[in-house]
Parts: sequence; structure tokens; C-alpha cells
Amino acid sequence: MHKSIETINERIRDGSARVVTAEEMPAIVSELGEEGALKEVDVVTTGTFGAMCSSGAFLNFGHSEPPIRMERIWLNDVEAYGGLAAVDTYIGATQQSDTLEDQYGGAHVLEDLVSGKSVELRATSRGTDCYPRRTITTELLLEDLNQAIMCNPRNAYQRYNAAINTTDRLLHTYMGTLLPDSGNVTYSGAGLLNPVTNDPKLRFIGSGVPIFLCGAEGMVVGEGTQHSPGGGFATLMVKGNLKEMSPDYLRAATMTGYGVTMYVGLGVPLPVVDLDVVRATAVRDEDISVDLVDYGVPSRSRPVIRSVNYAELRSGAIEINGEQVRTSSLSSFRKARQVAAELKGWIEKGRLQLALPTRPIDPTKKVHPMHERKKGPRVLDIMDRQFVSVGESEEIRAAAQKLLKGETNHLPVIADDGKLSGIVTTFDISKAVANPGKAVTVKDIMKKKVVTTTTEEAVDIAVRKLEQNNISALPVVDKDRHVIGMLTAINLGKLFGGRWLK
Amino acid sequence: MRLLVNFSKKKGTAPIIAQAVKDTGVLINVERAVIDSSEGEALIEVPDDQCKLIRSTMTRLGATVRQLEHGISVDQSECVDCGACISVCPREVFSFDADYRLVVAEDKCVLCGKCIPACPHKALTLPV
Repeated sequence: MHKSIETINERIRDGSARVVTAEEMPAIVSELGEEGALKEVDVVTTGTFGAMCSSGAFLNFGHSEPPIRMERIWLNDVEAYGGLAAVDTYIGATQQSDTLEDQYGGAHVLEDLVSGKSVELRATSRGTDCYPRRTITTELLLEDLNQAIMCNPRNAYQRYNAAINTTDRLLHTYMGTLLPDSGNVTYSGAGLLNPVTNDPKLRFIGSGVPIFLCGAEGMVVGEGTQHSPGGGFATLMVKGNLKEMSPDYLRAATMTGYGVTMYVGLGVPLPVVDLDVVRATAVRDEDISVDLVDYGVPSRSRPVIRSVNYAELRSGAIEINGEQVRTSSLSSFRKARQVAAELKGWIEKGRLQLALPTRPIDPTKKVHPMHERKKGPRVLDIMDRQFVSVGESEEIRAAAQKLLKGETNHLPVIADDGKLSGIVTTFDISKAVANPGKAVTVKDIMKKKVVTTTTEEAVDIAVRKLEQNNISALPVVDKDRHVIGMLTAINLGKLFGGRWLK
Repeated sequence: MRLLVNFSKKKGTAPIIAQAVKDTGVLINVERAVIDSSEGEALIEVPDDQCKLIRSTMTRLGATVRQLEHGISVDQSECVDCGACISVCPREVFSFDADYRLVVAEDKCVLCGKCIPACPHKALTLPV
């Protein structure tokens, strides 16, 4: 049996269409069977509500008297893009206020506009013969704008990795607060309600398809940036009229230590035309697996701890190495349900009919990493290969002499097996000299917990280590923990010699 | 019942909590304590029926005692029920109900404030 989309739209028009949410679908399929569900259900609505950084809006302000060609534009002190035409701009959700930083950003401007608040527009220009005005400052309401078109380049991730932190340090990431020593797990996405998860082959999600976007009727533009359905990470580019949106489904947020983002409510209706749709929309949380990724590793290829599914994640805790670790969602399942329910209501009332994509989206595409033709500096480029070290059992006095002779402030301490076992600084030695009698050898005063780097580590990561630990040197070690160099704050000065910074 | 005990360091380093336990025989559960150079603050839990006794004993020993009625508070107009606070709380104050609405067990809260920066929507505040 096959139902045409025209049949479904006819039923929507005469009010007889059976619309269910993707959450209801698994039970319907197990009760009626696949054939029965195909016969019974006409439309399945999906929904998601979570942080979608890649969001923003095109705004057209209309012309002032005398007219201005805006080159730099701020809305409530948040800079918007000035490279469009005279009185158009794009404001990105993650752009932060010049004055309030992560406490207010592009997402807050959009939420304020949608909530009916006035927003201060400030712009500057060089002035031209056709656009003589050089500055403007005014207050605007959303209704004052000619157009306010939300256009989000990357929304509605099919699913998203779960995050954990195996380091001994609290991390603040775009995946929220990650407690040290695998103290918690965070995840995002509405699982069985997620739009693309219910249409993984992207048969019914493509250009022109009507969707629910922040309370308004929007549409899919096409594939989103970083679209990677081949690995289960499809994304969508979407648009909608900001003027019709609701603050119930558009919420500014700040991820501490990361910055501003926007929570977006998005839902896609799927026509139940054949058994393949029935099977796809019967997806359950336990069928959707994601990788649990260690965000403690500051690299593109973060280690995967294990695979987890949304049912496990939503249960409140998952097991890792025999221990129960609590989970936190960053997206709202309750709001995702509201999105799917409201979209269902629209269709039942005949407000929205379905449409097939005018352009298909490639369901096999895979994202690739950046082709870096020019590598950034690595530790080996700037480290000191000449360095002075000290043995554990040497006397403190000998260490002091080595510091003086080597004109250095840091001595890596080498154990009898030739491996790094500690570090002493001029501060440690001064302290020992000022309080004589207690300590005799280097071993008595050295710091055993040494933060190290490797030759291949990017200098940016080494610099973060220095900052986070409030230290000024890192021993460079090989895989056997033999010291092969030192990286100090002085070496970093080489970066400013013009060799790397252009 | 939970009491917030403040003691000034100027009064010396008298072991106020230990003294109160010894004098009254009431077992005190210290849930949180912060002590800096000028003053100390401890959040303690005592059985309801002995609250009065502990309060008067500690006040006599030089501490300021305030009964704590409220834990962390959630601004419902800001909260979107995401649950980012759930796993960072050391006392399992936050959870979801069957409708995935955030539920706050205020009585478990020890006012550590760890959840505040974890909330993306700035919906959480400590009582003053």
C-alpha cells in the first residue's frame, strides 16, 4: 500500500487526517503492525529544542533621512555583520556584546525583539555622495523592521555525541559543565523525537519543506553546514519569519566558559506514505546510539569512551567502568514534546499542509576536517633543547648552583631510571634556603605533580596548560617520560618574532 | 532542620560546633563549611525538636545562627526544563518528573551554588 502526499493533504484539508507525534509512533506500530500503522497514521510530527549556536537573522531596517550606508552595526551593543547592502545586516546568535560579553549576545537581541522589546541600533559609515550620513543611533521594535528573516545555517542535528571529562579539572564547554574524573555525562538532542532521526534517508526533508521554527511556520532551505548524514550527523539550514516567532521557542542562553548560544524549537512533519516511513518513524530511544566522547582531550579527534543510546542517557545515569555516572540533558525534552504537539495541532486544524522537497538533500555525504596547508606552531618549533636537569638525591645547594649556572628558573628532576619525577623552581629553592634544616635533597622539595608537554603538541594547547596551572614552564617529554627539552614563557616570545604571526 | 552558623574569627578559634555537640549531646551534621581569614560559615543539620536548643547554645558560644528555610530557587519563566543542572549537583536536588519537568528537592540543597554557572538560562539563584 502507498498513500500519496495529495491524499494526505486532502485529509488535512477536510480535517480527517490522523496526526501523531514521533513519540506515539513506536506504540502504534507495535499495536497495529506496520501495515495497520500505515493505514491509520497520515502524518508524524517531530520536534527538538536545544542549543543551536549556528542561528541568526537577516534584518532590513529601511532607510533613514538623510540615508546612511551602514558599515559597522551594533544592536544593543552586539555587533552585527556590516558587509551587506546599505540597511541590511545579519546578526549571529553567538556574537557577544562589546560591553556585557557573554551575559548578552546576538541570541538575546533576537529574543528581545521577539518578546516585543525595543532594541538600540547604532551604526557608523564613512559617508558617500549617495549615502551622506555617517552615524545613526535609534530604537527599533521588531514591527518597525521591513524584514526580519531568521536564517540558521546549521540546525537540527540528527543526533549529538555525549560528553564526559576524564581529566582532574572542571571543564566548561559548549556541552555544559563537565565535572572532573568522569563525574557526569552531558548530552543533547530529543532522541526519538528528533526530526532527521525519523527520516534518516532524508526522503521528506529537503528544500521547501514546511517546518515549525520557533513557533512560526518556517521551511527547510537545504542541507546545513557540516551536514554529515553518512556518520549520522545530518544538519539542516532553515529559515522563518522572526516576526511570527514566540519567545516560548526561542531562548537566549550562555554556556559558562564558552559563550552565548540560542535554544531553538524546531519540528518537521513527515508524511506517512509507505512502510519505509512507518519503520523509520517507529524509531525508539534505545535504537539511537551516540558516542560518549572525552572532552578532556583538546583535539578534533577526541577519544570515545563507549557507545550509549538515548534510553540510557535519559534514564538519569549510565554505567562507566562499573560505576553509575549521572547524566544531564542540555536540550529540553519537554519543550521538544511541545514542539511536536503544537505542530500536530497545526496540521489537525488544517493550518499547515505537507510538501515534498523541491531539491533532495544528499543522505550519504560526510564532513571532512579542514585541509590545513599551513600548520600552526608546535612545541618542537620553539622549545629549548638545551636545558639543565637535576637528580632526585642531589643536595638542594647543588640544585641552586645549577639554577644559577644555567640561568634558568626551572629544573626538571630526573629519577634513577632516567625518567622525569618532579620539578623544582627558584621559588622552591628559596623557600628551602629561608627555612633551613627541614629539607636536604631535591626530592624533599620538588613538586611531584608535573604538567608536561610533547614535541608534537600545538603551542596553543601548551599555552593553555601554562595559564590553567598558573605556571611558567613545561618539561617536554617523550613517550617514555624522558625529558628532551623545556618550554618556558621565554620560548613563547619567539612566536612574536614574526615567524609565525602574520 | 538546617541552620546557617556564622562565627567571627576575632572570638578566637573556639570549637563552637564541637562544644555545642558536647554540651547538648545533639548530633550535628555539617553539610558545608567555608572558613576564611576573618570569618567562618557552616551549614548544619539538626533534628527538628532540638533546633531551639542548638540555636541557643551556639548563640551563647558567640555564633550567629539563622534558620535556613529555602534552598536554591528556580525562576520558572527562565527555566526551559533542559536539566543541565541535574548531574552537577552533589546532593541530587534536581530531577525530572514523568513529564520531563524539572523538580527541585529544596530540602536537600546545601547552597553550594555549583548548579548556578551550569544553568544555560540563568534560572537559578541562591537565597540571600
